[in-house]
Amino acid sequence: MLSRTSLGVIAAAFFGAVLIGAPAIAADEAPAASAHEAPIPPRNDWSFAGFFGKYDQEQLQRGFQVFREVCSNCHSAKHLAFRNLADPGGPQFSEAQVKALAAQYKIKDGPNDAGDMFERPGRPSDYWPWNFANDNAARTANGGGLPPDMSVLAKARGVKRGFPWFIFEALPGVAYQEQGADYIVALMNGYRDNAPAGEKLDGAQNWNDYFPSHKILMPKPLSDGQITYADGAPQTAKQYSQDVAAFLMWMAEPKLDQRKKTGFRVLFVLFILTGLLYATKKRLWSNVAH
Amino acid sequence: MSGPSTYVPKSAIGRWFESRLPVMGLVHSSFVAYPTPKNLNYWWTFGAILSFMLGAQIVTGVVLAMHYTPNTGLAFDSVEQIMRDVNWGWLLRYLHSNGASMFFLAVYVHIARGMYYGSYKAPREVLWLLGVVIFLLMMATAFMGYVLPWGQMSFWGATVITNLFSAIPLVGDTITTWLWGGYSVDNPTLNRFFSLHYLLPFMIAGVVVLHVWALHVVGQNNPAGVEIKDVEKDSVPFTPYATLKDSVGISAFLILYCWFVFFVPNYLGDPDNYINANPLQTPAHIVPEWYFLPFYAILRAIPSKLGGVIFMFGAIVMLVLLPWLDTSRVRSAVYRPVYKVLFWCFIACVIGLGYLGSQPPEGGAVLAARILTAFYFIYFLVLLPLLGLFETPRPVPASIADSVLEGGAAEPGRA
Repeated sequence: MLSRTSLGVIAAAFFGAVLIGAPAIAADEAPAASAHEAPIPPRNDWSFAGFFGKYDQEQLQRGFQVFREVCSNCHSAKHLAFRNLADPGGPQFSEAQVKALAAQYKIKDGPNDAGDMFERPGRPSDYWPWNFANDNAARTANGGGLPPDMSVLAKARGVKRGFPWFIFEALPGVAYQEQGADYIVALMNGYRDNAPAGEKLDGAQNWNDYFPSHKILMPKPLSDGQITYADGAPQTAKQYSQDVAAFLMWMAEPKLDQRKKTGFRVLFVLFILTGLLYATKKRLWSNVAH
Repeated sequence: MSGPSTYVPKSAIGRWFESRLPVMGLVHSSFVAYPTPKNLNYWWTFGAILSFMLGAQIVTGVVLAMHYTPNTGLAFDSVEQIMRDVNWGWLLRYLHSNGASMFFLAVYVHIARGMYYGSYKAPREVLWLLGVVIFLLMMATAFMGYVLPWGQMSFWGATVITNLFSAIPLVGDTITTWLWGGYSVDNPTLNRFFSLHYLLPFMIAGVVVLHVWALHVVGQNNPAGVEIKDVEKDSVPFTPYATLKDSVGISAFLILYCWFVFFVPNYLGDPDNYINANPLQTPAHIVPEWYFLPFYAILRAIPSKLGGVIFMFGAIVMLVLLPWLDTSRVRSAVYRPVYKVLFWCFIACVIGLGYLGSQPPEGGAVLAARILTAFYFIYFLVLLPLLGLFETPRPVPASIADSVLEGGAAEPGRA
């Protein structure tokens, strides 16, 4: 009869071999992975990461400026209302600023009593208007590609770091929920002037190291000195990209500040409650052999 | 286990009511006086945790349904509306979406505990089978719930899974069309999934009542795997002993749940589901939620569509047959040295399948999935039946009280 230990060793060896061995054999057989596999985007230092993370209001305001002056020329943001820009935990412009901003935009409304559509100045309750009448108009103007809506874009992009990293991404202290923002920064700065040797770009395509297929229709959107910041922050493509990525993260997850603040309180109460319940249980059971 | 209730209401009104509908007596005998083996460890609190999770999912779900719109043109936006404009909508939605994962985490622990301690053996077969029914209903509910936000993974996941039915010979395509309410996953599909997603949890609640009823007829199993012989020596009353211990379990589980909800709410989801469903654009990798991954790996491990479907459902059928496949007369793995090792191999096998289910089905991942799928079925169909005949179990204690005196079925999670 086999002892339990030796059985355990055999079992461990078996499962180890299956899970590590088989893919390893296959890795040798599989055709060499694409020479231009998209690299893992480097991580940035985000104010909204971590247990006590919250958005940096000034960064969001700068990011909004980048969004407004650059991104929103092509991209829609249909879940962003002007009023959101004054919400707590966001860029927090004043109500007067938001009102003035909205009034600069023409919003299509109607029909009026005569049955006609008309244009009127925007109000804080209006949603962010798009430069294009519909998806097809946007495609035509953008080399055949549809610029994705930006409302939840920062949550719609991930970073797959594989085993074992994905396990750590859930754990307190090392949790990683800012993947979309990191990807956006990497994408903004991942353009090359020319495709690597052996790769051909068609028509309006550009080469980007971090785009999954590398061939992206969006031209390099941000360059040094392109936007004039009023608050003295560095006017570099790197800074612009981080600011706009933070803004996009806020647009995708506008309640993050409230969520983390509430979460801290909830966990605090739960730890105390669990401790008290455990102590009570211990005391109750102390006279029972179990 | 619980005979006619000896409950006597203290007030006159109570006695008046009890003689007309003895519902308080029922509650008293089921949740107060009910004798609980005194050697239960914390793995036994997962039943209470699951009841709590069912309640939490129903409450958050009912409120979410007040704000959600089941229409292909509006569903995605209505979920974003909930996240932004409904008071505490983000919390409701994250509680509900992560709640599904926590529900499955708890149910897998609960099932594994039942397997480790042989809780499915006579006289608890019906109790176990009702549990399998609940598990199946949970899977259907979760699958349909995942379709509702109408993201890319919702849509393509629904397409892949409903398409499985087309593998059935002769009538497959008819069934699939009937399920869809059309010729692809579309608005009628979304509407019926919403309707069923609202209905099934109440069916789960109904089967849970039967599950608890069956439990209270045959009594709880316990780490020693021997029945209660002397109620005085072997058991404690459910309230306050089990109630309080279950509360500790629920509270500790809530810490985990809330960590996910408040700090990593999107960890268990797929980024693609934040993209509105687009029937013209297939995502690079269609992956189900994590709790379906082992079954998904089995489905893909078989090189034929119909075969894959048969094996995938067969994986659940194994659970149905388990009470009769395990031939050992000893319940608890504590007294079964070889079974104990095999059990952990089985757990490793399922986790391995889960990992492989998340990987693209290429090269070695396919081979590994095939080996593990084979082990999954061999475990149930060959190893368990034979093991009961050849394994020499350690001596089982005469009673729960004896097991406690001996230092007991020393197991993790005891306190």
